[in-house]
Amino acid sequence: MAQPQKMRTPIESGCPDGFQYMHPVMRKNFGNWKYHEHPRAGVLRHVAYSGDEIWTVRAGTQRILDVFTLRKLCEIGDKYADGHVRFTIRSNIEYMVADANKVEPLIKALEEAGFVVGGTKNSVTMISHTQGWLHCDIPGTDASGVVKAMMDELIDEFRNCRMPNRVHITTSCCQINCGGQGDIAINIQHTKPPKINHTLVGNICERPSVVARCPVAAIRPALVEGKPSLEVDEKKCICCGACYPPCPPMQINDPEHTKLAIWVGGNHSNARSAPSFQKLVAAGIPNNPPRWPEATAIVKRILQTYQKDARDWERVNDWIDRIGWPRFFELTGLPFTKYHVDNWRGARNSLNASTHIRF
Amino acid sequence: MAKDLHDTPMLDELESGPWPSFISGIKRLRDQHGDERIRGVANDLLGQLEHSYETRKGYWKGGTISVYGYGGGIIPRFSEVGQQFPESKEFHTLRVQPPAGNYYTTDILRQLADSWEKWGSGLVTFHGQTGNIMFIGADSTNTQHFFDEINDYGWDLGGAGPCVRTGMSCVGAARCEMSNCNEHRIHRTLLTRFTDDIHRPALPYKFKFKVSGCPNDCMNSIERSDFAIIGTWRDDMKIDQEEVKAFVAKKGRQYVLDNVTSRCPTNCMTLNDDDTLSVDNRNCVKCMHCLNVMPKALHPGDDKGISILIGGKRTLKIGDLMGTVIVPFMKMETDEDYQRLVEIAENTIDFWAENGLEHERCGEMIERIGLVNFLEGIGLEVDPNMVQHPRKSSYIRTDGWDEEAEKWFRRKAEDKQKAVGA
Repeated sequence: MAQPQKMRTPIESGCPDGFQYMHPVMRKNFGNWKYHEHPRAGVLRHVAYSGDEIWTVRAGTQRILDVFTLRKLCEIGDKYADGHVRFTIRSNIEYMVADANKVEPLIKALEEAGFVVGGTKNSVTMISHTQGWLHCDIPGTDASGVVKAMMDELIDEFRNCRMPNRVHITTSCCQINCGGQGDIAINIQHTKPPKINHTLVGNICERPSVVARCPVAAIRPALVEGKPSLEVDEKKCICCGACYPPCPPMQINDPEHTKLAIWVGGNHSNARSAPSFQKLVAAGIPNNPPRWPEATAIVKRILQTYQKDARDWERVNDWIDRIGWPRFFELTGLPFTKYHVDNWRGARNSLNASTHIRF
Repeated sequence: MAKDLHDTPMLDELESGPWPSFISGIKRLRDQHGDERIRGVANDLLGQLEHSYETRKGYWKGGTISVYGYGGGIIPRFSEVGQQFPESKEFHTLRVQPPAGNYYTTDILRQLADSWEKWGSGLVTFHGQTGNIMFIGADSTNTQHFFDEINDYGWDLGGAGPCVRTGMSCVGAARCEMSNCNEHRIHRTLLTRFTDDIHRPALPYKFKFKVSGCPNDCMNSIERSDFAIIGTWRDDMKIDQEEVKAFVAKKGRQYVLDNVTSRCPTNCMTLNDDDTLSVDNRNCVKCMHCLNVMPKALHPGDDKGISILIGGKRTLKIGDLMGTVIVPFMKMETDEDYQRLVEIAENTIDFWAENGLEHERCGEMIERIGLVNFLEGIGLEVDPNMVQHPRKSSYIRTDGWDEEAEKWFRRKAEDKQKAVGA
């Protein structure tokens, strides 16, 4: 009889120690940095109390990296930098060098290889995105494609710092939203209830947990054509798709009725005002691969209005707080509809209970 | 290679334009890679993606795949259209924990690339939304081989499913003058303590730690983590008045009035006639705005530590939640401080594991049971820094008032004594 194959026991080493990979100047001056400067878009100069300095060059990539691209980035890091890199939360790569003279040749090498230097300070930095059709099991749209199409149009705002303050854009391929809050967010918004394949529900789905997953209690167990299944009260259903991950036969994605929506004013920073959630400004936008021109047009319109009307250092939420929502809709030309008025829990807090009205 | 390449007219349109194209990258794997397996996988992956673009639907399904000894860390993906695209029909992602702050050398990246092209698709992302390195695309057998190989040289899987997830921390004290804590040590201390809860999903739902070194919160921790650790300070901010004067000389008084003093959320700054700045530090809320505008002149104080906020998350199920302050300030200097932080995290996770409903995030549980019940459950006292304002509703029984007031005065007296002792 064959011996059972001996499996290797994992080494539960957990999170690796980053100090071994850190630039020696950063290791040496850990916790002792004095200030930084921003000589140009994509470049930071940090100066330590010791007098040491470290220069950072930031570049945008396609995020979904093939090994050829990854090796190219490494090659540039060896030839023009000091072999130490890191990635930002928005998947930009950063090269750290101790010698100011290395900065220009490094920028040149990155640009010649097709990477885009920028994304610092008051630029539109890389759009943070989710998995989409490339790899997710519940996506209503693609993510990498939306981002590629939009960054093609926003690239000059990545390479320059011409915005009032930094702009973080995010995408999300479902309404569960693994994409984060953003100054501008491009998210899926379904418009029709799930289509249920009743022959599969009984075998595939754990029905009580699907019932429990619904935010508005619109799902109930039912016998459909003699088979145990689930039914949806379509009057109650808010079309969020929360039932779809635990129960794939409740298909929420639809080539026509799954739309994009745009939200603005999400800001994670505590600077000036407390962190804020993004708010819905536009919906019903067609999910239109391969380049999603309708969504990009609205994003650009919002960006241009913000750029023109906001004051220095105002993030999108700060700007709208100052000018008010009626002015936002007026300036952007976007329609204000009944769908903009919140009716979820705590919605009363979002109503205007004052005579503070701008004319 | 005699194999037919899938036509990809829609994806081809994502090769034009100046931003780097992920489609061109996948095509490079399909056309130029030395390994026939990778060429085949890339071809079928492009075929399936084109099919998604044409039909506007996704075709991946989940399943249950892990590596020997673990219960999570892999995102299983099986194709629903695997007959048409057989070579990418199993396309699992391995979530691998990065170092805190996402530091790499080119050497280690190359080593990871070598291992990945031996066993996987050759596609990788730094990093996913939770913070993992995403090695995208290995079949069920090679998932184990790839893990074994990189685990041997120091890399471990992150979390997936209802478990403690991979953490994230900012660039931190390694490069940033705004840093108020050792983000790296905090991150590794917490994640190491919960390694078992990362690898073996057994919690009500996901639980995320994120560490930001200052209230700019570059890791979005308040909004996106169940347990946000944010560096801050409680003494006076440091002002280099010579640098303030230089800044005013360069930018002009009006600029400073418009962009620094008048933007202060508590109006605690004054620009004096001699171009120096005065700060009412008792009213500074450490928002970071003025430090961001004048990084040469203004710096965090010396009495540094952290704030902890609990319960941030995105939409599902009750709507987006921000984290809530549960520890306004604690020092992070001694081993005992770190031990105390770990205890707070342990108490939180234990209480939530015990009381959270299935698929209920920690913040949702707090919403359901109330903050006070949660605080009592994890052994923390109430503090006015935890609320925006006291209650507005009179629907409350206050028959324990005298005892609670007594507790407050006793705590205050103890704090005072501690301060004198120190």
